[in-house]
Amino acid sequence: MEKETCTFSFCKKPAIEEVETDLLLIGGGMACCGAAFEGARWANPKKIKITMVDKAATDRSGAVAMGLSAINTYMGENDPADYVRMVRNDLMGIIREDLVYDLGRHVDDSVQLFEEWGLPIWKVGDDGFSLDGFQAKEAGKASLKDGGKPVRSGKWQIMINGESYKVIVAEAAKKALEANRAATGVTTNHFERVFIVKLYKDAKEPNRVAAAAGFSVRENKIYVFKAKAMVLAAGGAVNVFRPRSTQEGQGRAWYPVWNSGSGYALGLQAGAELTMMENRFVPARFKDGYGPVGAWFLFFKAKATNSLGEDYCAKADALAESKAKYGKYVDALGTAIRNHLMMRDMKLGKGPILMRTDEAMAAINKTFKEKLGDKEGAKKVKHLEAEAWEDFLDMAIGQAGLWAAKNVEPDKTPSEIMPTEPYLLGSHAGCAGFWCSGPDDLGAPKEWHWGYNRMSTVNGLFMCGDICGASGHKFSSGSHAEGRIAAKNAIAFILDHPNYTPTIKETADHLAAELYLPFEVYEKYKTYTTAPEINPNYIKPKMLQTRLQKIADEYFGGISTWYMTSKTMLNEGLKQLQMLKEDTSKMAASNLHELMRCWENYHRILSVEAHARHILFREESRYPGYYYRGDFDLVDDNNWKAFVNSKYDIEKDTWELKKVPYVQLVP
Amino acid sequence: MPSYVITEKCDGCKAQDKTACQYICPNDLMTLNRDLMKAYNQEPEQCWECYNCVKICPQQAIEIRGYQDFNPLGANVIPMRGTDSIMWTIKFRNGILKRFKFPIRTTAEGSVDPYKGKPEADMSKIKQPGYFTHQGAGKTMPVIKK
Repeated sequence: MEKETCTFSFCKKPAIEEVETDLLLIGGGMACCGAAFEGARWANPKKIKITMVDKAATDRSGAVAMGLSAINTYMGENDPADYVRMVRNDLMGIIREDLVYDLGRHVDDSVQLFEEWGLPIWKVGDDGFSLDGFQAKEAGKASLKDGGKPVRSGKWQIMINGESYKVIVAEAAKKALEANRAATGVTTNHFERVFIVKLYKDAKEPNRVAAAAGFSVRENKIYVFKAKAMVLAAGGAVNVFRPRSTQEGQGRAWYPVWNSGSGYALGLQAGAELTMMENRFVPARFKDGYGPVGAWFLFFKAKATNSLGEDYCAKADALAESKAKYGKYVDALGTAIRNHLMMRDMKLGKGPILMRTDEAMAAINKTFKEKLGDKEGAKKVKHLEAEAWEDFLDMAIGQAGLWAAKNVEPDKTPSEIMPTEPYLLGSHAGCAGFWCSGPDDLGAPKEWHWGYNRMSTVNGLFMCGDICGASGHKFSSGSHAEGRIAAKNAIAFILDHPNYTPTIKETADHLAAELYLPFEVYEKYKTYTTAPEINPNYIKPKMLQTRLQKIADEYFGGISTWYMTSKTMLNEGLKQLQMLKEDTSKMAASNLHELMRCWENYHRILSVEAHARHILFREESRYPGYYYRGDFDLVDDNNWKAFVNSKYDIEKDTWELKKVPYVQLVP
Repeated sequence: MPSYVITEKCDGCKAQDKTACQYICPNDLMTLNRDLMKAYNQEPEQCWECYNCVKICPQQAIEIRGYQDFNPLGANVIPMRGTDSIMWTIKFRNGILKRFKFPIRTTAEGSVDPYKGKPEADMSKIKQPGYFTHQGAGKTMPVIKK
């Protein structure tokens, strides 16, 4: 099949703006907001220029755009070593303990700053009940920094009134960028609605990143950012597998629907080594609305049962059967194992699986009234009911809408929970991402640090948030904290290479032609048929995404096979994925919005390819409940208690995979 | 739960420097129809129902109706976002109404001064663990105890 090229014979050539900066932040979510705050403080005295480029508006971009009802990583009185133990346990034994410990020892400073900037944080009242952020302030409760006692919904989580969480964090980041402009004399260093498509290596230093190319989603303009270092935090991948929703409900992905795998695709195309891309996350959430269950489990002590009222995580026969295959990990009952046990009952026809919100509320009602008397008890229960609704309204508003649409009052009826479609991410309860250099003071093997904390195997390219691999459970606060670590080290890297000027071998015209190819293809062929959506010469982004989702779902262990795959299935799927990849030279866009969707889906395809190749390489089922290898349905610690790393060669379109030894650092 | 724009209420943000919903939508969905000078959601199946367009609309012209592949009709969830708190009104399909008010921030919008009272970065410590805030306060970072 002949490849299409863009010579601007059919579509108009865009304006080209070249931006020279020192440190480029790609993304505007929690991680890059942290990078802007920490980075500017180190950069300003040295007049180092920082530039942020975000595909959306930074006030409401990234995974925290809607808000959050909790901060899931706050150490407080806890030891970061225990945090490592928890993360290791939940991620089935294989994590980079140096990165996780490092995050744990840094993270609280970010959370304390959020409170200082205006994020309302719940505190424990004198009567032991919770006070919201306002009540706590009125009651004169100390801030976290001064020893104030947060309301913990779990050992690591604290409750917040987080509707404006991202707005507040973005405000600090924007002020930091403003301070950097003042220090360097640059007029613009914050680009919103610019979507980065590809990174380019330096013309003289083969393993150094030098430029990023993207386009404006608002006008016909290409941007070429040249930088001495980059912090990449462009998110994980959502809507890569066929979702459970069938039509407009696909928007209700559990993770933000705009996380299109750009973080993975940008880095892997630049040749950065990946790690644990076989990992995925399949959260069990309220069915369809995908509202959070954490507060119900941890804070309200609700139980999830099968439809017969049985606790599916406590059945002796199920546990024995699972233990025979997955060993000691079953005892720890991590997220994957709990999913496995839930699905086992679903497959036996014992669904729907129900979160017993009614029983939890009844128990709370009883305890409160016994403790406080009828009147005061009822008042506290009402407060608690508001807290339950806030959990949705802060972060999954559609779930509140779904309960209202179905007349669900949680104190009267239980609600169905369900495992979602798979997502690829590295900041929540997943760890797919890049192999990064860690800190050098934690006793890690010397191969785990190569000078600059959070730098990938490509010089000058730093990773954080969802795409720094083998180090999950960062969540929002940890992503901010990791962005700060990455930016500080990127500034150190820049200072160590004072005479470097980024140059690339590609011309700006070449980059423009590459990025605008979907316009050229569309304009060339659009009049051939009477309906532009149906045309044999191209594929529109919507169908590109649909085909990817179908391949991933049917061959790589999606919902339609109950997350089951195997060597033969993976190989067949990869064949089909290769043809889809070839077809991307014929992706077509009729406007800037579709141009973004084309490239987003290209990023999704590469992310999924990495995922499938890693699953194929790892001959075991490390994450039962997330995916299964039917041909190796066991956790095989003897052979596979190791990282799987990979590298993509963009010139040859080939992958290299290898095993990297796991080393335990925390006893 | 895609957002929809009420024709009568939307004025295309004529009086402002930008169309608010188009500016804020994290997924680039809200678009201005320049012939009608009214906004609309151009790709409802990519809408996360994050409500940012609803919250920002100066005319309160935007609401959300449930994804019809799993939501029965008749309910709605409406926010009123102020400078320090947000009010929610939830109407059930059967008519039950619930109202909640939650704090959203404890400081005035725009008042964040990120480096106020913070130490300067000590460039000699750039390669040591800890942020400028830790280092400036003389805090040392713990290490793993064997």
